[in-house]
Amino acid sequence: MAKKVQLDGKVVANEWVTSSYFKMTLSFDTLPNILPGQFAELRIDQTPSVFLRRPISIHDVRPQTNQIDLLIQKVGDGTQWLSKRQVGDLVNLVFPLGNGFTTADMNQQTVLLVGGGVGIAPLLHLGRFLAQNGSKVQFLLGFRKKADILPLNTYQAVGDVLITTEDGSQGEKGFVTNHSVWNNAQFARIYSCGPTPMMKAVVQAARQKNIDCEVSLENKMACGVGACLCCVTQTHQGHKCVCTDGPVFNSNELPW
Amino acid sequence: MVDLSVKIGGLSLRNPVMTASGTFGYGTEFEDFVNFSRMGGIIVKGTTIRHREGNAYPRLAEVNGGMLNAVGLQNKGVDYFIEHIYPTVKNYDTNVIVNVSGATLEDYVACTEKINDLDGIPAIELNISCPNVKQGGMAFGTSCAAAAEVVRAVRKAYDKTLIVKLSPNVTDIAEIAKAVEAEGADAVSLINTIMGMAINAETRKPVLSTVTGGLSGPCVKPIALRMVWQVAKVVNIPIVGLGGIMNANDAIEFFLAGASAIEIGTANFIDPSVTMKVVDGIEDYMKRHKLESLNQIIGQLEL
Repeated sequence: MAKKVQLDGKVVANEWVTSSYFKMTLSFDTLPNILPGQFAELRIDQTPSVFLRRPISIHDVRPQTNQIDLLIQKVGDGTQWLSKRQVGDLVNLVFPLGNGFTTADMNQQTVLLVGGGVGIAPLLHLGRFLAQNGSKVQFLLGFRKKADILPLNTYQAVGDVLITTEDGSQGEKGFVTNHSVWNNAQFARIYSCGPTPMMKAVVQAARQKNIDCEVSLENKMACGVGACLCCVTQTHQGHKCVCTDGPVFNSNELPW
Repeated sequence: MVDLSVKIGGLSLRNPVMTASGTFGYGTEFEDFVNFSRMGGIIVKGTTIRHREGNAYPRLAEVNGGMLNAVGLQNKGVDYFIEHIYPTVKNYDTNVIVNVSGATLEDYVACTEKINDLDGIPAIELNISCPNVKQGGMAFGTSCAAAAEVVRAVRKAYDKTLIVKLSPNVTDIAEIAKAVEAEGADAVSLINTIMGMAINAETRKPVLSTVTGGLSGPCVKPIALRMVWQVAKVVNIPIVGLGGIMNANDAIEFFLAGASAIEIGTANFIDPSVTMKVVDGIEDYMKRHKLESLNQIIGQLEL
């Protein structure tokens, strides 16, 4: 596991990609090795209602230029502050945090990456990493309606992209677990990140097909390094920290 | 060269900066960010005689200028600590102090006896002030009689430096401090978290699974300072001050109010290397004010 660092990243781009999602690109002098599924804790300054850092997944990594992309959903005052950072501003990060997805055993295998909402963010880095190591990557991404669909060209460059919308305005109608890809599902592993009800449905679907499944959880978090014990989730081995034992858990570890 | 060393009972600190229990894990979590040999001490996670799962999620509520927690002393028990954690932390080049918690008098004593046998642990911090456990915890810290009783029992079982961590959730913290001093405490540390709560107006539900939790962060500092000052006036044992310390300036304020050492807690979550910056900042303050020893500012509030 790479050493954790606390670094200022310089904003080189920060743009809205939909009405509520923005993509921030940060540049560093040096970049630690970041595994797919790991995250950063971002410092929010001079915002009275925000005290704690904000855990944000790593969307994409470009080691050649020491840049990372963060795909962020504006939820409250902390993410609002981040959305207003201008090119040239500094943002303080503690990273890379968490365990990351299991990838070593997936060479030449076909895998399904299922995401919903802001949960699609870490799946790009994961998909790219897996594809570079010879896996065949399929994304299955769920949105509420056509207007909510995030730009997908970066995903399409990595693998097949399948879409569901709840109202059927694009792709197949329904939730991700209603998609026809499940009919003949033959995947070596399913990776999922998104709203908890979606991930629980994905876990059930994977279990029925006897497919190994990893999910990335998001809990309210303070320290990000396993000290405060605030972000715990219930597992078959008792409470575990989402920040250090996770955020990625195999579905077999969870009482889902 | 400024002298930042300080003595707390039989315990020698190279500098007055320690980390508060429950905010720094067992130190290992922060290894990438700090240099242990530049810290006065690490007070490790609250340890109980038996394994505790802690409270249900959610355990955290962010508030203006701080946070509420309701962890509930999750830990794997003292035997696990001795077997799996002590072999590592005893080699740290700093004082490793165990925060001892319990639900009954017998639990406190049994846990203390086990820690007493560990040569690499020079002190305990007796936690009679956790607001997040149903039994025991704060109940011992909120009456003079109960506080005196548990300190008396633990004092008999413990030969090294005994620091008693006081609860701010009392009418008169100075009276509790006097009671534990009378039973042989070598020092008091204050304050533990202040009981508070957070409500989600949209859902009409409490934010924390336990409804109430412990408030910490810069929002509690004025209360902590006031309590350190009140206790300093009535006890002769050293005071370890904590509560919302975010930087060296905050630490200096605690020294002036009467603290001989300080603990940094919630600030570790915002800046994992904050302890190093506080040590540097204290040194800088001493130089700027031409002070040679910390004793020149401890309790030197000018009225």
